[in-house]
Amino acid sequence: MRRPGWFRPAGRTGRDDLIPAAIDIDTRDPFTAYLLGVQAPVALRDVEITSPMMDSLRDQGVAVAVPLISQGELVGVLGLGSRKSDRPYSPDDLRLLNRLATRAAPALRLGELVRRQADEVRERERMAQELRVARLIQQNFLPSQLPSLPGWELGAHYRPAREVGGDFYDFIPLPDGRIAVVIGDVTDKGVPAALVMATTRSMVRETAQQLVEPAPVLTRVNAHLHADIPPNMFVTCQYAVIDPVAGDVVLANAGHSLPFLHHGGGVSELRATGLPLGLMPDATYDEVTAVIQPGQGLLMHSDGLAEAHDPDGEMFGVPRLMGLVGKHPGSTELIDVLLNELAVFTGPAWEVEDDVTLVSLCRAEAGTPQRCVLDEFTMPSREGSEVAVASRVVEAVGSRLSEPKRRRLHTAVAEAAMNAMEHGNHYREELDIGVEVRDTGSGIAVSISDEGGNASLPKVVEPDLVAKLAGAESPRGWGLFLIREMVDEMTTRADGDRHVVELVLHEEKEQ
Amino acid sequence: MTEFDVTVRRHGDAAIVDLVGQVNALARESLEAAAEEALGDGPRRIVLNFSDVGFINSTGIAMVVGLMGRARAAHIKVEAFGLTDHFREIFEITRLIDFMTIHDDEAAALGRGSYTSPKSSDGPRPQPE
Repeated sequence: MRRPGWFRPAGRTGRDDLIPAAIDIDTRDPFTAYLLGVQAPVALRDVEITSPMMDSLRDQGVAVAVPLISQGELVGVLGLGSRKSDRPYSPDDLRLLNRLATRAAPALRLGELVRRQADEVRERERMAQELRVARLIQQNFLPSQLPSLPGWELGAHYRPAREVGGDFYDFIPLPDGRIAVVIGDVTDKGVPAALVMATTRSMVRETAQQLVEPAPVLTRVNAHLHADIPPNMFVTCQYAVIDPVAGDVVLANAGHSLPFLHHGGGVSELRATGLPLGLMPDATYDEVTAVIQPGQGLLMHSDGLAEAHDPDGEMFGVPRLMGLVGKHPGSTELIDVLLNELAVFTGPAWEVEDDVTLVSLCRAEAGTPQRCVLDEFTMPSREGSEVAVASRVVEAVGSRLSEPKRRRLHTAVAEAAMNAMEHGNHYREELDIGVEVRDTGSGIAVSISDEGGNASLPKVVEPDLVAKLAGAESPRGWGLFLIREMVDEMTTRADGDRHVVELVLHEEKEQ
Repeated sequence: MTEFDVTVRRHGDAAIVDLVGQVNALARESLEAAAEEALGDGPRRIVLNFSDVGFINSTGIAMVVGLMGRARAAHIKVEAFGLTDHFREIFEITRLIDFMTIHDDEAAALGRGSYTSPKSSDGPRPQPE
């Protein structure tokens, strides 16, 4: 361990001549044990032990070593050169030095602890900053909204791991009216992964416009990427081209977890193989084709879901995932189900191990109403802005709900948005709340998310108005109760670091 | 931009509190001051005018409850008028309605239990739809 030491070279006396230097205090060196034993200044020429530490001190002209000991630990050594007169230090000199050392040692130890702590804080801040950068890159390169594809219901979900992995997905409209759907996962985490993810995504976007078909697109992206990618990194990626009118899918796969085709109560993997991108310069890819019939769908996913572990170390696993996909058709609904199952499986204390990305495409049954995202936006956490949130939500809903229901929705959303800004984000303006408004086919669902993690809402109880009026309890505490009374359903869930409240109002059937 | 405004006017035995805009956290200070003024005037009733309120939330409700509590302690009745159907629903759900008389409009509010004849300076307001 390197410890501070101060030396006054022989022949110098001035205070300015004390030269800080570092001594290696080796706890196994016999001289360390000797100093701890005597706990007093030691003239080196009086000590006859073999010690590298002593040799080093002698080499630097030290004649007397004063141990600095705090709580039984040697925290430093004060080294003095010979006196100008070459006579030995007097007992008075040594007593004075010893008193000085006794006082200096605790201060030195404290200073070192403070410095070490400051180093740790700096390191944590640096890592937090890097995480923010990685997240920012990631967020900027993910689609801000889903494309609208008539006759299809699209859903997508991206949840970053704490360290931010390199997952991405993309929807690319093609010149011939078809649409390319891309999902990928960069090995590694943090800023490097985010940068490779951004590069890969741009390459795929550009190549898609020229080559269109899945196998040629992946082949070219692989060739370009291989030239640029840092060693030991690669990208798994899946690229599907979908004809929204006929339901035809053509898909190629660069080492990414196989997608699922779900159809009338069953589910199958869509098997196409190929090496991950960036691994070998001349990898080639095969294509698989399928037809998605009305009522059927395709789910693409990153391994963050199937490879999540529960507290006992058991893996979520592909069979469980396939089982769920087979049972729950529908896009946004399927994603909600999977995320809820994941939350139940991993338990509340789960730290997201890897990015979780889900992309779901469902072809609507002929004649079924479209379920879709009506609006999606974020709002900084500022006192009073909950009214703007509620008004925008109600505007997006329009005539899908009756006037009284719209007013209830307005009140409930304002309340939930205020909760999210106040309790989830502590009114820190740089933290946004996220709002998504969906038409569920049977009503309206609004989810409001904040950065409150997986803190669950307290149980909703009816406030005791009599006690409040009598001044026996705070007049506050109406929010959750009010929300519950205004909506038909209220659920909460954790979504990575975000806490989500979902409010549902059903459309009236008759009357 | 002021999102909330409140004025207190005296009418016979009643202190009428005209609320305008959004009754939420941003209204706290001015509403506290108005409550102070209304209570300090020693009326028999405090009448809250909601005709021009566009929004009330749980914080606003808490402020109304606080005002009602203080009024009760001083044996002053709290009444209200000008509530939309939606606000009336909120007042029902929170059961505030059990502790305050709700009138349809200002004329009804002042016509009942008022010692002076209801010749309000700005006259009765129409109930907004």
